[in-house]
Amino acid sequence: MILSIQYLYWLAGIILAITAIMTFADRQHPKRWTTGVFWALFSLVFLVGDLLPPAWVGVGVLVMAVIAGTGGVGLGKHGELPAEKRQASALRLKNKLFIPALAIPLVTVIGSVVVKDLHIGGLPLLDPKNTTFVSLGVGCLVSLALACWLTRDTPVQSMRESRRLTEALGWAMVLPQMLAMLGLLFNDAGVGKAVAHLTTAYINMDFRFVAVTVYVVGMALFTIIMGNGFAAFPVMTGGVGVPILVGQYDANPAVMAAIGMFSGYCGTLMTPMAANFNIVPAALLNLPDKNSVIKAQIPTALSLLAVNIMLLYILM
Amino acid sequence: MQTTVNLWPLIGVLVIVIGFVLRFNPMLVVALAALVTGFAAFMPFETILATIGEGFVKTRALPLIILLPLAVIGLLERHGLREHAQNWIAKIRTATVGRLLIFYLFVRELTAALGLTSLGGHPQMVRPLLAPMAEGAAENRYGKLPEKIRYKLLALCAATDNIGLFFGEDIFVAFGAIALMHTFLLGSNIDVEPLHIAVWGIPTAICAFIIHAIRLKRFNSQLERELGGKRLDADHTPIGRQE
Repeated sequence: MILSIQYLYWLAGIILAITAIMTFADRQHPKRWTTGVFWALFSLVFLVGDLLPPAWVGVGVLVMAVIAGTGGVGLGKHGELPAEKRQASALRLKNKLFIPALAIPLVTVIGSVVVKDLHIGGLPLLDPKNTTFVSLGVGCLVSLALACWLTRDTPVQSMRESRRLTEALGWAMVLPQMLAMLGLLFNDAGVGKAVAHLTTAYINMDFRFVAVTVYVVGMALFTIIMGNGFAAFPVMTGGVGVPILVGQYDANPAVMAAIGMFSGYCGTLMTPMAANFNIVPAALLNLPDKNSVIKAQIPTALSLLAVNIMLLYILM
Repeated sequence: MQTTVNLWPLIGVLVIVIGFVLRFNPMLVVALAALVTGFAAFMPFETILATIGEGFVKTRALPLIILLPLAVIGLLERHGLREHAQNWIAKIRTATVGRLLIFYLFVRELTAALGLTSLGGHPQMVRPLLAPMAEGAAENRYGKLPEKIRYKLLALCAATDNIGLFFGEDIFVAFGAIALMHTFLLGSNIDVEPLHIAVWGIPTAICAFIIHAIRLKRFNSQLERELGGKRLDADHTPIGRQE
């Protein structure tokens, strides 16, 4: 392939390294050294993470967790433009401001749908396993060029802005990856098997409705624990779905799978473990309560879970 | 009692639950849960460290989605993107918070169902565009929002993006989750057409839209009820107002 995801890792590593260096250089920063070390370690994961012995990376991850846990990741001062200047610029540039913002999703979609199968000289242009990520990377670069051109600002300023937002997000940016790591470790340690054992061994499923409820609610609960419906599906479907719903009650497996996965998604809406959907947006929108997105989603998720029980009971 | 299943790793789950409930720092809670789970599964300390490191490197692609758009979004915000998003929505007289978010939910779910999942997202769509527009639409009618309602509104913007994405993407045949379900069922000797799995997701997808749209409409009525009295002064708010 020509554009491999490896380039994006390097790009991310460089951006984070610049963030770390700017933090180290910021004498006014209240938590200059710990914050700098936090972002420097994170940048190393992208720059050389695959070359280091895994145990070293593990140590680095624990150090990052301790820095974050002791409140060591802080915010520096940033020279934001005053509100009047931003408003004046908004009135001057108008809809042109939308162009780079919309270019990111647009290029990503074009890349992952149209350019996906393009080969140049026998080599695929985009990393075939990571088309969406690579397209997103290209989209961000195209959009950055457009933004610099339209606003007559410099790439250096864009790095300052990137640092401003990175610091505003803080450890929330790292949390999704931590949780994904934990999911893999849970798998290795057999957490899924233990949960499936508990749900199937102690509940009497001689009633069709009970079995349906166990499957639907189990998918949601297991997703709440693991943070990911994909991890819950094999466990619950292997434990309850296939042997009991299909085997005992003759369910249509397509209906069971479709509604089962969606029940898992209801769980995703209710758990801090799905950090990239629930915690990161709260940080991005500067909400003081990091659980406010989850709270906004719970009524929809619970109603939909009840609907799913009825739908599966009727349709299967 | 004799079981072949080792239940000790569940202690890791317990650590997570207790940690989140007591609101310790999530990074610390997750790291602790990883260590505890490893010990409970009788892994040696070095193996635990290596498993953590390996898992962390393997999942490096995740933060890219958050990190990479920040430079552009930050630069555009410096030059007034959020202000312009508010000005723009102010020109649409009929725009209400409810209508805007229901429209976004509809488009997000429909495009995700067609496989265009990257047309939204929190760093590149919700923060720079959707949230300021929703805020603008509300301020345009009711003036400056009380803090509590403003936070609820912003949280609903993020929630709407998630719900549209989740219940749309899973009825797209070529989506990874469908492949995962198909492969897993094949492994249990059940052969289902991926298309059937996708089609049977449609009833839930429609219900998701209806339920969330009703909630958005009710939120809009709540705004109207609680803040509607202020409307008269808001009508004369100049477009070029400051935050």
